[in-house]
Order: sequence, then C-alpha cells, then structure tokens
Amino acid sequence: MSDAITMVEAVNLALRSEMQRDDSVIVLGEDVGVNGGVFRATVGLRETFGIKRVLDTPLAETMIAGLSVGMAAQGLKPVAEIQFMGFIFPTMEQIICHAARLRHRTRGRLHCPMVLRVPFGGGIHAPEHHSESTEALFAHIPGLRVVIPSSPKRAYGLLLAAIRNPDPVIFMEPKRIYRLNAQTVEDNGEALPLDSCYTLREGADITLVSWGAMIKETLEAADLLAQQGVSCEVIDVVTLNPIDHETILASVAKTGRCVIIHEAPKSCAVGAEISATLGERGLLSLQAPVARVTGYDTIMPYYRMENHYLPNTADIVEAVTATLEFS
Amino acid sequence: METVFQAQISYNQFLSDAGAPLQALPEWAGKPDILVRYYRNMVQLRQLDNKIIALQRTGQMGTYASLLGAEAIEVVLGELMLSDDVLVPYYRNHGLQMLRGLPLEDMLSYWGGDERGSASATMAEDFPNAVPIATQALHAAGVATAIRIRGEKRAVVTVCGDGATSKGDFLEALNVAGAWQLPVVFVVNNNQWAISVPRSLQSAAATLAQKAIGAGIRGEQVDGNDVIALHESVTEALKHAREGKGPTLIEAISYRLSDHTTADDATRYRSNEELKAAWEREPIKRLQTFLHAQGWWDEVQETAWQKEVAQIIQQGLDSFLQRPPQPVEDLIDYLYAELPDALKEQRERLIRNAQPGGNHHE
Repeated sequence: MSDAITMVEAVNLALRSEMQRDDSVIVLGEDVGVNGGVFRATVGLRETFGIKRVLDTPLAETMIAGLSVGMAAQGLKPVAEIQFMGFIFPTMEQIICHAARLRHRTRGRLHCPMVLRVPFGGGIHAPEHHSESTEALFAHIPGLRVVIPSSPKRAYGLLLAAIRNPDPVIFMEPKRIYRLNAQTVEDNGEALPLDSCYTLREGADITLVSWGAMIKETLEAADLLAQQGVSCEVIDVVTLNPIDHETILASVAKTGRCVIIHEAPKSCAVGAEISATLGERGLLSLQAPVARVTGYDTIMPYYRMENHYLPNTADIVEAVTATLEFS
Repeated sequence: METVFQAQISYNQFLSDAGAPLQALPEWAGKPDILVRYYRNMVQLRQLDNKIIALQRTGQMGTYASLLGAEAIEVVLGELMLSDDVLVPYYRNHGLQMLRGLPLEDMLSYWGGDERGSASATMAEDFPNAVPIATQALHAAGVATAIRIRGEKRAVVTVCGDGATSKGDFLEALNVAGAWQLPVVFVVNNNQWAISVPRSLQSAAATLAQKAIGAGIRGEQVDGNDVIALHESVTEALKHAREGKGPTLIEAISYRLSDHTTADDATRYRSNEELKAAWEREPIKRLQTFLHAQGWWDEVQETAWQKEVAQIIQQGLDSFLQRPPQPVEDLIDYLYAELPDALKEQRERLIRNAQPGGNHHE
C-alpha cells in the first residue's frame, strides 16, 4: 500500500480492512452496495463481502438508524451511511433516544456499538440540503461520540477506532476534502486514539483550533502567518464529544491567544463550548479574547453563494492578526 | 381497466363476548392445561395492575401505564415466545416481560423510576421498554436482521399501540421487514385510544392490519380479548418467522379499560357508555365463563388463586421497597464503556454533592 490515496479511499480502505478482520462489521445504507456509495466510499465491498455484510437498504433514514440500533444490540457492528448531512435529521430520535442511551438505561446490559457515517459540509457545489455542518446537534448529546477526520491517514485510523468503539459514533466526513489531497496510508489495522486532540503544528504565538475541512484553510493561514514571523500552533480537535479540553488549555497556557475556526454557524456551536471552557479554566493564560472564525448564523446557502458563507484563509489571517494586536 | 392487485383482511375469533364457542375450537383448547394457565396469569396481572395503581395514588410509584384490558395479549405472547426469541416491547408489556422471567421487584423498580428495572440479567437480549412511540418497531427489524444474517431460527416480537401505526418508524419497519423477509412479528394492541385520540381519528384505514398489505407482508385482525384466537394467530406468525417465511402484522382488537396512564383522566374525552360496553367484552370474564362451562375452574380455585397471587405480589413489593438506592455515580458511569476524561470532574462533583453536607444530599 505505498500508493497515495484520498480521504474517501481511506474510508473505503478502513471499512475493507476491518470487515476482513471482524465478521460482525456490517455496512448498510442507501446505494452502498451495488453502486458503491454516491461518493464511492463503499465501492467493491459488496463484491468482496457479499450481500449479508453489505446491505442496500430501502430509502428511509430513520429506518437505517433504528435498524442499526437493533443490530448493534445483537452484537453486530453496523456501519451505516447517511448519504448527506441534510438527510440525517430523521435519524435523530433513534440516535438521541436510543443509540446514545441504550447502555445507560439498561445499566450496561445492552450497548450500541454502531457507527453512523455521514459526509458533511459545503464547498462542492452540491444541491440544497447537501452542505450543512450540524455537528453541534450531535456533540450536545451525552452518550454519543462525534468524530471528524481531516486527512486520509486520520480517516483510516479514526474510522477503525470508531468501529471498534463499543459505543455509538457519529463519524462525519468533510466531503470538501474527500479527494483534495492524497497521502500514503499503510493498511496496518492500527486505530488512532479517540477523545484526543491532534496537534498538527507546534507554535509559540497563538493557538488555532479547528476540525474537518477547515483544517485546510487553518494550515494555509498558519503558513502565510509564518512568513510574517508568526508562529501558530494548530490543533485538530477530531473528537467533538467528549472534547479533549486539556490539550487546548495546555496550548493556550503556552501561547496566550486562541482563534477557533469552524464552518458551522457561530451560535451554540462547538467553538462556543471550547471558548467557554477557555474562559472558565484558562482565563489567566489569555492575553486576548478568544476569537471565532465561523459560518454566519444563517441557512447554509445554495452553491452560488456558498463562498460568501464559508470562512476562508483571509478570514483566519485577519482574526489572528487582530488577536495578536490586542493589548 | 384491469385489477392488478386485490387483498383481504381476515378477523379471527373463537369465543363470543359472552365466552361461548363461535366455531370448532382447536385441539389444544380441548384440554384445560394452557387455558387455565392463561386464566391464572391474567388474573395475576389484573390484581397486580390494581395494586400498582393504588401504590401510585399513595405516592409509592411513578406514573404508570396500566395493562387493564391488555391481559390476553400479554399472556398469550408470554406463553408462545421462546426464551431465545427476542422481545422488543413498548411501555404496556410488563406482564409479558414478567412471563419471560423478569422478577416482579425489577418490574416495579422500572415503574418506580429506577433504571435497574431495565437491567435485569433475566431480560437477556430483550430490549427495554420503548417510550417514544413506534421507534421499537425498527429495533425489532434490526434484531431480526442480525438473526437473519446469522441464519438462526429465532423470532422477534414487537408490540405497539394503535397510535404508533400512524408513525413513520412503524411503516418503515414493516417495509424493510417485508423487503428482507425478516423473522419478526409486529403486534398492534389496538385498544381504540391513543391517549385521547380515538381509533376513528387515527387513520382512515378500515383496519390497521391492512397496513401490512402496503408492505407486502402477512396481516390479520384478531380478537385481542380472546386468548384462543390470539393463540392461533400468534402461533402461526411465530412459526412463519422461525421458518424464514417472513414477518406478520397482527392487529389485536382490545380496549383500554384504564386511563392512558395514572397521569391521565379518560373521563375528559370518552363516554361511560362506551367504557361500560367494553367491559362486556373484556378477556378475563370471557375466559372464566368458558372455563366454568367446561368444569375446568370454579369458585374455590378462584378464591385460592386470588389469595396466592396477593401473597406473590406482596413479596415482590416488599423486595422492591427494601431495595437500596442506586449509587449516584451510576448517573454517569453507564454513559460510555469507559468514563471519558472530560467527564471526570463532573462525576466527582456529582458524588460530592450527594454526600452528607452536599447540595443534593438526601
């Protein structure tokens, strides 16, 4: 496996790899079988593993989630695909009322080792209802894990971890970077840690906190700022519930300044949680207010205007500059 | 125009409202064994139901969903489901749960506001009660999918009320169960009322059983107050499921003789006349009349059994009332397989607050 692969290919590789190792892993969803998924994430799996392990379901998202709860309670490890984030909302009763609390309400008698994979975010000129970033809706729910990769390597290792995790995981795949960069991903079967931030770049002057597709612009901004002599530490949060606040707090203790970048609307988003925690536990480290570079508090626009909505590198550089100039 | 599809729904009843045979009875009903067991179990459930409502009225029990009028459905499913079948219940199946082995004190714990009531190891693979409506139908389809994938000869039974048949989850479950020929039996306890909404406002469909037709699966109506008819329908449906012949929808016509729950007052929305008429069809009296006529049950047995049941209930109640409270940390410890670091501080605070001198010490 020395050839470089994209993130969506890394998702496919992780599924294939874990299905080979573990017979209890079942892939299900709309168009995941014969068609190989609308983004090709499940391509070839049905041919390799057969119709009992790769289930083309009827078109009903609530059913996909509810079925997964039943299968998971039976000891299978369903990995269900919801085709786009905009179609995930019918699943929420099943996810919140059942998947997230099956272990709790049976005091561990039953549990729910399911993964719900969902491509999310804007930037690919998709139809309406295909580009939302509603990770905060799930990150708010006790008992759930919300995991977001930002590179092919992390997609592979984190998806393995999500499948092996004995609790439900919403695995959100930023589709804008599905095919953006290729990386060599060794199919070594090694999972990456969940519930931990990943420090992508060390720096001394300011901490940039982001996840998903916005990691791309965040790293670009860090490069530009480096040319101006600004040293940015870049943290990929990766698991949005539960959040590894310690890594962020330790970084801000060092840099004294923080900018949080996400594509989702600003209010009540995960950035607000991180900012509030910095206020509660890191106030004395802060030399400037925590800044947020986010989408607007409005409807995710149809594609003609999505560039106006999505934060970009210039927005990040501007926020970093203002934060550094604060005194 | 040509007719491209036709369907019909059958209605299954053996005993009249007054307890007289309407047609030749099946062979098993020619002996007292099963029928007397059905009767005894129904009597026990009714006495228990009265007891729990009394406890609720005196503040010893939480909001409770009565089984009054659902006894026949509970005891027949309890008799015919095997231990390795899987029950995916709603909140009006605690009689069935006990017949599958759930100790009375655990059942009381559940309705007494304690999650340990859903934790009993006796429940094996059975799901806990589904409180949101119809969501459980999909879990049943998922369990049945797992059984199908593994090639096992087991059946899944899920129960819901008439109101649940209006929800997408129910229809989506019927649909996938049909598409994949899943080993599941959907039982609708059509007790005519979804809290205050009568069956007539729930759907324009002449029967709820015909919703099976849209999903391409077997569907039939049965008298839900007639244990013999229920026994026949459920036996056939379970056989189909276990033999891999696919799912069945059974609409059991019953009547909710109680309020929706102890928090409800049905006199606000339904007439005494209707309720009085429903009592004429109720399952226990009907079977009692039949058993008396056969000489299989008499007043002496009745008195002895009622007394024995009272003792059984009192024992379970005593165990429930003596059960020590859950450790407060259970409130967080069962959220995930392992406690995430992010929750450790909140867990410590929870425990500190519950200790003597703490803000939440009881």
